[in-house]
Amino acid sequence: MSRINDVGGMVGFPAIVEEPDEPAFHADWEAHVLALNAALIRRGVYNLDEFRDAIERMPPEAYLASSYYEKWFTAITTLLAEKGVATPEELAGA
Amino acid sequence: MSGDHHGSSAISERVRHVEALLEERGLVDAGEIDRRIDEFLAGGSPANGARIAARAWVDDGFRDRLLADANAAIRGVGLSMAGGLQEQRLKVVANTDDEHNVVVCTLCSCYPIALLGPSPAWYKSEAYRSRVVRDPRGVLAEFGLELPADVRISVWDASAESRYMVVPRRPDGTDGMSEEELAGLVTRKGLIGTAAV
Repeated sequence: MSRINDVGGMVGFPAIVEEPDEPAFHADWEAHVLALNAALIRRGVYNLDEFRDAIERMPPEAYLASSYYEKWFTAITTLLAEKGVATPEELAGA
Repeated sequence: MSGDHHGSSAISERVRHVEALLEERGLVDAGEIDRRIDEFLAGGSPANGARIAARAWVDDGFRDRLLADANAAIRGVGLSMAGGLQEQRLKVVANTDDEHNVVVCTLCSCYPIALLGPSPAWYKSEAYRSRVVRDPRGVLAEFGLELPADVRISVWDASAESRYMVVPRRPDGTDGMSEEELAGLVTRKGLIGTAAV
């Protein structure tokens, strides 16, 4: 069964928006999310396929409501909890 | 900042918190994070793709090698697809008078960062990913690229292991230009296929 990330050919999405002079990152936290993910993969906490899978199994509503690096951050925290690195409560700062 | 990046300060707090937690547990260190950000930003540029396209325009032998085995051909000009977390297969496709090529990653955002630099947000958007495979001609027209009806359009869907790059058609009236001047004509969108050059 295809998952929500498999949007090829799906109808109902809006027009494509181009951003002139777009920066590589729209905020510092996006760069930190990218770097955290690279660091965790290099360290073997999880691998690239597990990371992709963690994005792709997001619930459709959350997937569609999240920006690109928000999806990455969701995947990172999902995997950190599943791998037992930290509890969801610790990750949420509760 | 676009509407896509709402709630920026809340998520910024959460990212900082997780990063601090991971530092505390010895899984990352602050220096490493900064270094990886710098590596990413220095890791690729559309100037690399432009250089490859211009070389393909002026050197038929290089063009043939590029279309046959792009990974080997770009190694020959000092570039590589092995800079990321894994080496990626590269296929380069060339536009002609009869055929136009355009690249997408319908599943997410796969993209030859080494040759094109960080990808634009539109490339990663559900709008582009869903629509360019269903109606490429219409999507290209939205980008301002109106192709004649008899030009065939091929859409290449990238994956985790395979990346694509387009060599645009060499513009008319550029016979006297040097390879470097030609490279200066090539845009990131041209290398994705959403612009003519």
